Amino acid sequence: MDSRITQFDELAGADGRTRAPYRKLSQWLAETPPELLASRREQAELLFRRIGITFAVYGAQEATERLIPFDILPRILSRSEWTTLEKGLIQRVTALNAFLADIYGAGEILRAGIVPADLVYRNPAYCPDMAGRRVPFDIYVHIAGVDIVRTDDQGFFVLEDNARTPSGVSYMLENREVMMRLFPELFALHRVAPIENYPDELLATLRSVAPPRANGDPTIVLMTPGQYNSAFYEHSFLADKLGVELVEGRDLFVRDDVVYMRTTEGPRRVDVIYRRIDDDFLDPLCFRPDSALGVAGLMGAYQSGNVTLANAVGAGAADDKAMYTYMPDIIKFYLDEAPLLQNVPTFRCREQEALAYVLDHLDELVVKEVNGSGGYGMLVGPHATKAQIEEFRAKLKAQPQNFIAQPTLALSTCPIAMASGVAPRHVDLRPFVLQGANGARVVPGGLTRVAMTEKSLVVNSSQGGGTKDTWVIDDAWVADEPMGQA
Amino acid sequence: MRIRIRHETTYRYAEPPRTAVQHLRLTPRNHDGQHVVDWRIDVDRDCRLVQSEDAFGNTLHRFSVDGPLESISTVVEGEVTTFDVAGVVSGAVERFPPILFMRDTPLTTPNMAICDFARETTSKESGTLSKLHALLGAIHESLTFDAAATHSGTTAAECFEHRKGVCQDFSHLFIACARAISAPARYVSGYFLGSDGEDQVAGHAWAEAYVEDLGWVAFDPTHGVAPQENHVRVAVALDYLGAAPIRGSHSGGGGETLDVKVRVARAAAFSQSQSQSQ
Repeated sequence: MDSRITQFDELAGADGRTRAPYRKLSQWLAETPPELLASRREQAELLFRRIGITFAVYGAQEATERLIPFDILPRILSRSEWTTLEKGLIQRVTALNAFLADIYGAGEILRAGIVPADLVYRNPAYCPDMAGRRVPFDIYVHIAGVDIVRTDDQGFFVLEDNARTPSGVSYMLENREVMMRLFPELFALHRVAPIENYPDELLATLRSVAPPRANGDPTIVLMTPGQYNSAFYEHSFLADKLGVELVEGRDLFVRDDVVYMRTTEGPRRVDVIYRRIDDDFLDPLCFRPDSALGVAGLMGAYQSGNVTLANAVGAGAADDKAMYTYMPDIIKFYLDEAPLLQNVPTFRCREQEALAYVLDHLDELVVKEVNGSGGYGMLVGPHATKAQIEEFRAKLKAQPQNFIAQPTLALSTCPIAMASGVAPRHVDLRPFVLQGANGARVVPGGLTRVAMTEKSLVVNSSQGGGTKDTWVIDDAWVADEPMGQA
Repeated sequence: MRIRIRHETTYRYAEPPRTAVQHLRLTPRNHDGQHVVDWRIDVDRDCRLVQSEDAFGNTLHRFSVDGPLESISTVVEGEVTTFDVAGVVSGAVERFPPILFMRDTPLTTPNMAICDFARETTSKESGTLSKLHALLGAIHESLTFDAAATHSGTTAAECFEHRKGVCQDFSHLFIACARAISAPARYVSGYFLGSDGEDQVAGHAWAEAYVEDLGWVAFDPTHGVAPQENHVRVAVALDYLGAAPIRGSHSGGGGETLDVKVRVARAAAFSQSQSQSQ
């Protein structure tokens, strides 16, 4: 065990006394025979196979699709913990949005010298075509996935902001559905805040940002890159839940700056596109000319205000790992508030002193590529081999501006149920924040990702991570119930 | 100098497409070194030509047409007066600070070989302007003009490896080198008045780089010169893709062929040669 990492277990707490939100689960676990857990695990596996949730793994040679491991024990947050988190998330996403409106508009934060201009303008995700144009209701980030970790029971850290096309919400919804079938008795013991309304909230968000001509009855579509995309399952799942058409680029066309969908009854005008396709592929006339996934002329229609894209084009300029380091200043600048969620202390390798420190401490730090995602292009120092460290040293020296480094956080753990019994594993949390003309909100919970391997800190599903259902339960309910008998 | 330009682009399709969409960056704007006297743009199909301004301040025309289309032909024609401003571009529409043009794009990302070349070429020079002139000369010397060697998707790195290319490749290489020595640089598409007065098969391209205290300065690595009066500037961008005269897309159909005729001449001479050809 790495001695530098003293971990906080969300069930056991720092002192080994079961924390309040987990009291009933803990007691239930103590009373439940291991055979029952084993049979529920099998049932869970069967249910997921039947639903057919799979995940395409890039670069994997054998099965290109596989089941994401699911753990049957819920991760539990109390209502008061959630309230803090929720406020912090809304604050953060509001600031991300204000930042985008500013860097594509007046650029006040650049003139004030808070964020270096070169970091914005040289960022490949900054889209020059969006400069000087307004988006409907000034909303850029309609759907955000903010990755949260904790190291104690005092607060939450943001690990990463995802303002482009964050995925995972289908797992959040499916996990809940499976859990309700597997453990009705646990749901009877707890008052768990519902998340089933997420598709309704998402639909309301998308409707709220429709162009005025839609007259309150917009045609909304979900645009996918297609079945070979790693998140295709989610795209079709969400389209189904939202009750909107799932389309690919070839199902749409643009005529005189208006987007139409081909249907059996002829062309139908489209007002809002929830696009799960990256900026680069949206329109071959503006971005990559070789993109067969996009729609020629889409940007023209967008810029004419005839169609709303969610999220806005160029929203990625706010969420890269270099910009992340400025988030506390960004929140202060636009909202004049102190950040409610902390940032993980981060070394900007573009700065010489920071780089020198990082090169000296590679075995202790987590080094991330500024534009990487999904755990690709990342070094976890304490768990890396000598060769991996040297490889990163060379990369860092060649292009320091492409990297940031963070101390290895002692991510909190939660119990998981394995064949060999119940054991703690590291977790993070991705709540989904919605932002429309009708305000910002978060369904209570999110996707808990768990590193299934002992001591591993990498929770990404592309790297073998699993998921858990996430419960927000009423504190009052916990406190009022007498402990003891079930 | 008064320059007359006629530029005709025809796409023909063996199998007619159902619809087509095009973006045209074919309309020059004024700056201190050029004044657009008159300019017109014509598409030989029934369509609504929508004019707007793109990210970099270039004039953009967009249209979509329904087929079946056997061909689409676009003609731009007009006169521009140019002035010798020693390559310095002032009074142009600027939408971004120069730092944006330090940004790499897939077509202009310098590889190690380009970085080394840029550093070695400029090591003896002091000052950005003289470094850029050294690059201009060195690129003009080391590359051979060869229209068969490259295509519109050729990167600066690929062009540098083969040491061959067309004006687009020369310009991408210059941009990559300039950025490698920390000078913001951008791509310019436009027209060039050659000495022979013959019809050209394409428009021209060159580059602009930013020099502190001087502003944007034009460099034409294909001809190895700083543009004076013979260049008409139409569009600027990070690379060819952003400034391309025409970007189009069609659905259905196929077997596309492209035919371009560009005539650039001194205004008086132009009308004379035209009357002769009738």
